[in-house]
Amino acid sequence: MEEVFRGIWVIAYRDLLRFVQERTRAISSFAMPLLFLVIFGAGFNRVIGTMAPGVDFIQFIYPGIIAMTVLMGSLMSGLSVVWDREFGFLREVLVAPMSRAGIVLGKTAGTAVIALGQGFIMLILAPIVGVQLSPMLVVKLIPLLIIISVSLSGLGILVASRMRSQQGFQMLIQIIIMPLVFMSGVFFPVNNVPTWLEVASKINPLTYGVDAIRQVFLGVGSASAGGGYAIGVTVFGHTMSVLEDALVVVVLGAVLMTAAIVAFSKQE
Amino acid sequence: MDMIEIEGLSKKFGKLVAVDNISFRVPRGEIFGFLGPNGAGKTTTINILCTLLKPTGGRASVNGYDVIKERRKVQRSIGLVFQDPTLDDYLTADQNLRFHAYAYGVPASVRETRMQELMELVELQDRRKNKVSTYSGGMKRRLEIARGLLHHPSVLFLDEPTLGLDPQTRRRIWEHVLTLRQQEDLTIFLTTHYMDEAEHCERIAIIDNGRIIALDTPDNLKDALGGDLVTLEARDSQGAIAELKERYNISPEINDGMVTFSVPHGDTFLPEFVRGFHSGLISINVRRPTLDDVFLKLTGHAIRDQEVGMMDQMRMMMRSH
Ligand SMILES: Nc1ncnc2c1ncn2[C@@H]1O[C@H](COP(=O)(O)OP(=O)(O)OP(=O)(O)O)[C@@H](O)[C@H]1O
Ligand SMILES: [Mg+2]
Repeated sequence: MEEVFRGIWVIAYRDLLRFVQERTRAISSFAMPLLFLVIFGAGFNRVIGTMAPGVDFIQFIYPGIIAMTVLMGSLMSGLSVVWDREFGFLREVLVAPMSRAGIVLGKTAGTAVIALGQGFIMLILAPIVGVQLSPMLVVKLIPLLIIISVSLSGLGILVASRMRSQQGFQMLIQIIIMPLVFMSGVFFPVNNVPTWLEVASKINPLTYGVDAIRQVFLGVGSASAGGGYAIGVTVFGHTMSVLEDALVVVVLGAVLMTAAIVAFSKQE
Repeated sequence: MDMIEIEGLSKKFGKLVAVDNISFRVPRGEIFGFLGPNGAGKTTTINILCTLLKPTGGRASVNGYDVIKERRKVQRSIGLVFQDPTLDDYLTADQNLRFHAYAYGVPASVRETRMQELMELVELQDRRKNKVSTYSGGMKRRLEIARGLLHHPSVLFLDEPTLGLDPQTRRRIWEHVLTLRQQEDLTIFLTTHYMDEAEHCERIAIIDNGRIIALDTPDNLKDALGGDLVTLEARDSQGAIAELKERYNISPEINDGMVTFSVPHGDTFLPEFVRGFHSGLISINVRRPTLDDVFLKLTGHAIRDQEVGMMDQMRMMMRSH
């Protein structure tokens, strides 16, 4: 057990240390989500107008962008594994007397801290884009962001265990992740789209993570509010609650994390 | 019990047999050299011994621990300097060392003093706060050696520790290695293709195509060639061969018009030989055989061409970044 804990903190420590030292990466990782918010917020708000009674487009998309920020940030766990492999440092890690599970969890912890940091920077901007924040809201948000982060970090490492090059990893991310993100209800409510898109979105577990965060922002009951423009996710006529959404993400996270640890331990 | 015990060890990558049923032992405290051309299986063997690769056959143990069943204990027993750099370039030397100390659970009470001592040993004490990306290739190697020793391993693996370095740096790295050997009860397992470096080893194994073709002290290996090497050029090569056969019962070889053979004592043989030689001597040369000669004799090919192989050139480029 000691080997697991040592692995977690040592790996997380080094990833964070390195993040702080690489200023350009640190800055750009915070700039990206900002850009998204500004472009989507300013660009679409006028055109689209209200999504549901009392919810305009920026209020709709803002929680989605927070979720997306954490999602994308968490995938960096995989990129950092591929980096370390390419530049040799992974061998230093793999021959150290630490458990492989600890290493995976450490990468996850380090990445989650950074991804959550990115998420929080976005949160600070809430008043500027006209979204109300309360301490209670932030408290509810943290566990949701953590489980989303852990799940996606697991996915990143799972993919990275098979990849030998950065290019390969980035390509795979584009093929798998981009569609997942775009079909997760970040940019549109998943109930009022063509059936194929609706089915795809509802199969996509990320949809539930995004929905949970949006519900926390827009308040209890928002899920079923809004008549024709229902923004909550309904499955077989049942509208998902925050807890049900969270459960889906937890199950997803457990599966991805286990798979990541198994794949990472098997690699040579 | 020996520090490293290998029995019938094999590693296949698909159809390719990288290591082919090798067996040997390295006693505690020895400097053991692994000598072989590109692709001989040296790195693969080290990767198995350090638990990075699983063998496809046979068994191996380090410090008495099985490399498959007792991985953690093996990992605690070994220090490693890989063929390709494994430092984090974005961190400073100290940060790299500290990471290593944390990862191996080196107690905080001894960590800083050990770091100080080792950085002095490899003469990098004034560069400790610099990022590794600002280090030269030789400095990176020395830092890796210091790092590999930080957790007081029983055996240090050095995979081509001096590849691509200039002669002064190579000499300095060897000085460090030999100092270590004197100071501590440390076993050193290294691979090299520099013959002069192999001479520093107490015993060497020559490996070619995944198989060990000879294992002994450098002197014994050279003696096994039959003493000193004589190379002569004569106006009548065939006559010279006949003469050697008749007078000394020697069957020489001809390489590029040069007649070559071995004699037990070249220094006493030469004067007597020259006096009685009839086939028009142009030049003659006597020398102690080198490990190159041993290698050539055993395998029929030179260990590595004078110029450095493609892979090595690429590695040097990588390393100088
Ligand atoms: N991961 C791998 N997958 C497939 N083949 C491999 C792998 N690693 C090594 N090989 C092959 O195994 C053989 C032995 O390689 P190895 O790296 O052990 O040689 P080496 O003696 O260290 O050579 P060098 O002097 O170039 O470092 C080579 O033919 C190599 O191509
Ligand atoms: Mg090698």
